[in-house]
Amino acid sequence: MSPGGLAPPVGQPDHVQGAEDAAITLVEYGDYECPHCGRAYPIIKLVQRRLAADLRFVFRNFPLGDAHPHAQHAAEAAESVAAHAGDQAFWAMHDLIYQHQQDGPDALDDASLVALARRAGADAHAVADDLRFGRYAARVREDFMSGVRSGVNGTPTFFINGIRHDGPWDEESLVAALQAAAER
Amino acid sequence: MTHTAVHSHALSAGTPAPDFTLHATPDQRTSLDEFRGHPVILAFYPADWSPVCGDQMALYNELRSEFRRFHAEVIGISVDGAWCHAAFKEARHLHLPLLSDFEPKGAVARQYGVYRPDDGTTERALFVIDGDGIIRWSFVSPVGVNPGADGILEALEALGDADPVVPARAQ
Repeated sequence: MSPGGLAPPVGQPDHVQGAEDAAITLVEYGDYECPHCGRAYPIIKLVQRRLAADLRFVFRNFPLGDAHPHAQHAAEAAESVAAHAGDQAFWAMHDLIYQHQQDGPDALDDASLVALARRAGADAHAVADDLRFGRYAARVREDFMSGVRSGVNGTPTFFINGIRHDGPWDEESLVAALQAAAER
Repeated sequence: MTHTAVHSHALSAGTPAPDFTLHATPDQRTSLDEFRGHPVILAFYPADWSPVCGDQMALYNELRSEFRRFHAEVIGISVDGAWCHAAFKEARHLHLPLLSDFEPKGAVARQYGVYRPDDGTTERALFVIDGDGIIRWSFVSPVGVNPGADGILEALEALGDADPVVPARAQ
């Protein structure tokens, strides 16, 4: 049985905020349409601000497409933005999706995703095309399966320095867990 | 998560899986022996609607194509009634069979050693059964912890007979 560790470790294909030599790496497996991930989003921002240079944050896709009909395309759209406009645009898209997640039933439909992609700095037609042809479906599925093999069991699931964090993830709990990991 | 078995009574690897017939829908019953020739993943869970269970079934639902690579079917079982399962499946867009271990309550869970008499529900227990009906792997998770699917996939891999990885669905 797997010991609940992250596989593969953080590497080249990942979307990363923070320095490679940061003492703590926090990986989130998230679903863009999952309301729990939506609740985690501002908490992560606060935690990043508090731990500053000590923290590196990585987001991997874990869309539960049957439960959340727009989750798969939202993840593909974010990957498409990254491919066309770079990592900074990816994070802008990531933020926009979570900020607008609760805007209504159509908040993350294809038209809305393409509009968000434009605001994030990507070419809207290119992103729409990528969604239509599922160009980043395989990339998203790779993240998903890496999560399954690492023991992800729902969203959001966090890994702190490669070990799954099963505890609560409110701001104080998460900061405490991250700081404890840094001291190990 | 540490994958330590916490329940000593669950049927273990090497044991023939007890056959059963349970309601899969209000007017349809399913037997384990209908799946002979293919691996079956039996996922006992405490209850429809509780958040952890929901995530667990949603995950297995999402992984049906991956399980199919091993020619395996995943089946959820709880003590909820067939109408409860029907409503749960519809609300969560689940496409996997959910069986009702409802009358006599928990009878199948007892046969597999995973009934919780104090709670009146089942353990959160996984069994991987091979095509000959033999349990090849079992695992009982703490009841509040969703066991995920990594252990299931490792057990299916150990059975062999997997199709190659299929490319992700293009839309």
